[in-house]
Amino acid sequence: MAAPRSFVWSRRIFLTLLTGFVLLPVYVMLSSSLKPLEDVSGKFRWLPSGLTIRPYIDIWSTVPLAKYFVNSLIVAGAATVLSVVIAIFAAYGVSRYRFRGKRLFTVTVLSTQMFPGILFLLPLFLIYVNIGNATGIALFGSRIGLILTYLTFSLPFSIWMLIGYFESVPRDLDEAAMVDGNGPLGALFRVVVPAAVPGIVAVAVYAFMTAWGEVLFASVMTNDTTRTLAVGLQGYATQNDVYWNQVMAASLVVSVPVVAGFLLLQRYLVAGLTAGAVK
Amino acid sequence: MTVTAEPAVGKEAPPGATAPAPRRRTGRVRRIALPYLLLLPALLLELLVHLVPMVIGIVMSFKELTQFYIRDWGAAPWAGLDNYSLSVDFDAPIGKALLHSFFVTCAFTVLSVGLCWLLGTTAAVYMQENFRGRGFLRAVFLVPYALPVYAAVITWAFMFQRDNGLVNHVLHDQLGLTDSPSFWLIGDNSFIALLVVSVWKGWPFAFLIVMAGLQNIPKELYEAASIDGAGMLQQLRRITLPSLRPVNQVLVLVLFLWTFNDFNTPYVLFGKAAPEAADLISIHIYQSSFVTWNFGTGSAMSVLLLLFLLVVTGVYLALTSRGRKAADV
Amino acid sequence: MRRTRAAAASAVTVSLLAAVTACGGGSSTDGGSNDSPKTLTYWASNQGPSIEADKKTLTPELKKFEKQTGIKVKLEVIPWSDLLNRILAATTSGQGPDVLNIGNTWSASLQATGALLPWDAKNFGKIGGKDRFVESALGSAGETGSDPAAVPLYSMAYALYYNKKMFEDAGISGPPATWDDLVADGKKISKDDKWALGAEGANLSENIHHVFVFAKQHGADFFDAEGKPDFTSDGAVAAVKQYVDLMGKDKVVAPGNAEYAQNQSLQDFAKDKTAMVLWQTAAATLKAHGMSDDEWGVAPVPVQSGTPGADTAVNSMVAGINMAVFKNTDNIDGALKFVNFMTSVDEQTILNKTYGSIPPVKAAQQDPAFNTPALKVIRDTLAESAAPLPQVANESQFETAVGTAVKELFAEAAAGRPVTTASVKEKLDEAQQQMPKK
Repeated sequence: MAAPRSFVWSRRIFLTLLTGFVLLPVYVMLSSSLKPLEDVSGKFRWLPSGLTIRPYIDIWSTVPLAKYFVNSLIVAGAATVLSVVIAIFAAYGVSRYRFRGKRLFTVTVLSTQMFPGILFLLPLFLIYVNIGNATGIALFGSRIGLILTYLTFSLPFSIWMLIGYFESVPRDLDEAAMVDGNGPLGALFRVVVPAAVPGIVAVAVYAFMTAWGEVLFASVMTNDTTRTLAVGLQGYATQNDVYWNQVMAASLVVSVPVVAGFLLLQRYLVAGLTAGAVK
Repeated sequence: MTVTAEPAVGKEAPPGATAPAPRRRTGRVRRIALPYLLLLPALLLELLVHLVPMVIGIVMSFKELTQFYIRDWGAAPWAGLDNYSLSVDFDAPIGKALLHSFFVTCAFTVLSVGLCWLLGTTAAVYMQENFRGRGFLRAVFLVPYALPVYAAVITWAFMFQRDNGLVNHVLHDQLGLTDSPSFWLIGDNSFIALLVVSVWKGWPFAFLIVMAGLQNIPKELYEAASIDGAGMLQQLRRITLPSLRPVNQVLVLVLFLWTFNDFNTPYVLFGKAAPEAADLISIHIYQSSFVTWNFGTGSAMSVLLLLFLLVVTGVYLALTSRGRKAADV
Repeated sequence: MRRTRAAAASAVTVSLLAAVTACGGGSSTDGGSNDSPKTLTYWASNQGPSIEADKKTLTPELKKFEKQTGIKVKLEVIPWSDLLNRILAATTSGQGPDVLNIGNTWSASLQATGALLPWDAKNFGKIGGKDRFVESALGSAGETGSDPAAVPLYSMAYALYYNKKMFEDAGISGPPATWDDLVADGKKISKDDKWALGAEGANLSENIHHVFVFAKQHGADFFDAEGKPDFTSDGAVAAVKQYVDLMGKDKVVAPGNAEYAQNQSLQDFAKDKTAMVLWQTAAATLKAHGMSDDEWGVAPVPVQSGTPGADTAVNSMVAGINMAVFKNTDNIDGALKFVNFMTSVDEQTILNKTYGSIPPVKAAQQDPAFNTPALKVIRDTLAESAAPLPQVANESQFETAVGTAVKELFAEAAAGRPVTTASVKEKLDEAQQQMPKK
């Protein structure tokens, strides 16, 4: 069936406008990151008058960008892995077993999405400090505390999506695996997980982005050595000056790997989100 | 990201989940215990990070927790319902500001979720069929979702500057649409600015989910419809939208909750004091607790907000699940 | 099964709750101890052009201290965006540094938490006595009438920076001494996209600093003698109105400044777009934006009439950074030694020179570096005509409430809507009602 011309034209117009909207800030980031400071804080111009790559050199010495980047990678990476693993177990339990409290569990998990983050920032901080005092495990100020926090942030949506996803994997498959001598966990990892790889990738991307961009908790729970990018980037705004060109340059530099990884994965992601949402 | 995620998924399981359930126990006990063991890690984490802090937050809302007491919470005097009555006294400035902020947030959330959904769905429908450049566009449209929040929002703030920003450069200098350059970061327009940024950041997620949902609709449905002589719009109304219902139920709820509680966007865009027109509830609570060091009142406001969202979600789920099995949300 | 799980869950909840409420703060070590005499943690505020630059400045000095005393100082430079929240979290949990920098306007608020070591005669004795410090700086280190909660480290005051060439072009011979002069001069300058004065209209703290001075000049205070808020007195209303009128009525401040909160006004100044700014330390930033030192001059901030002095001739708040010691430190002796070191004449000279501030230690002010024309103006202001912001526990609420009110009034003025005495009073009244009752 060939689409009518009017459809093709309206599609072209709509998608062109949308592309413009999406890429506008990216263009601003790029062009501003190539300007000297005294130009960038001046009137906006589509084409920069003088170009310099100086900001791309300065960003590394104004703030310890590399360190923040590594911190963010570690924190977001670990939170992602753990969140995915834990969500897989929980989702498997919910989708494959009947047990008392199942409903309570899923509803509770959903309800955590309604808590304003502000409400539990200080209590959580206190809990971490007290656990630290009692057990000697440094949760506050350490990457572990941040990892635990972020992985829990992404758990509810991850569990929720994976339940739907696992339910779309036919039960015959795990039963066949169990007949072959696998236990329930064997069936999970040999059959269900491989069948659900796209959904798991989707959840992983979501978990990663949650941890990657969080500002509020990171600003209170990290110190000099554990600070993540999301807050570290604010270091380009000092008391007397905002190094706009460096903020933009640094933002681009740290975004490139993420966007690249993200684009590599988007094929899986598209297939993944479907089944999770359609129950 | 996959590189890190996959090996772990494939190989190791947390010890808590595998180690118990010794062989000699009967299968029955194992079957009963197993689901709980599977849920245990998630449950413990939810307790630690979400639920217990939440309970403490509720306790805080009944205390007079100002800077005089933050060092030793136990010593803070009980405030009874004072924090609540202060928050809902809509004749006094604090209650009035909260109510105002609540309405702003509702309007903002409805518009933002609506626009995100509309843009995402329209784009997904337009891209349902293959055409040249579809893969490229799909990649481009994911960029806002992938940029770190701080980086993206600070760039928008830069663009919204009155004298030097791109937005006024285009609207005023180039197109001449306004008589004088407008303010976007203060005054009434700040609501629009916030909405634009929020939609820019949020619509790709809707796009992704709807696009994925569309791929599940069997092609035969469309073929049958076009044989019956249904036009594109009719197909959209009769096949596409109904098929998307389950997707939309989840999508809209999640977008709603995230947008309603969004803190990062207004915080980066406006700083610690958002303009009245864009005073979202999350930033308002932040200001009422962190900036002014009155955690009791801030907590009371948060609890009220939580109650509201619980009611809305309950009603929403009841309405949208009508006729469908409402199990396991 | 369900019951056990529920029981387990509530057991966890209860024990965590108990843990949290019982030891909300680490108050067991009140008054400090000497359990770890060889190390100190120090939170420094960001004074230089970047966090990294500050580390470079401070590290060699900390090494000197280590050499003298054998105490290793672990330094963390904290961005201003995080500092107050970090201190708050440290106060709440008892997990903080031993020594830290605080903005001097926070002194009384933080003092109220009881987390900071009070500087009584005994403690001052260990750092060479109270008399070594400039009086106005000591006046902004805690609630009036109580022992200071911190000692002054770097001092600053506001001055009027003016663009020499723009003044010449407009045919103005010298910087204005009174607000009337400033407005008159400003009208000559403000045309063709040039403006007379810059302001950071959306920056709450800046707003507070300026309306505080205007209030003083109108004989008013934002808090009465008992520390109760009094925002709506005629003087306070007139003060706020006079400041906002610079944009709305006098039109010497560009409307665009209403949204400034990130020092854009200083950049405009460097670009010859505005002829004057009221600022503390501007030299380094101006240079970074391509303005050389001989292009600008410094004069005292204008007054209503006459010359700057005490009472209604006040023309600046006492700005600066204080150094405080957390009460529950594990190294109280070391912490005092460190404060002593940082306030020594040598260190005061080195550090204040680097940061472009004035040493609050009298003996250190003798260095010729603090006698440049710019710093001399600021030094004289500090000595003669600067007053501390209200030293009350609710200072931060005041900054938020009144600072926001001024920001909103600027937004009104920028939009071309009239700002009247009545509308100012209404805003201030709203702000006052948001203040805590107790």
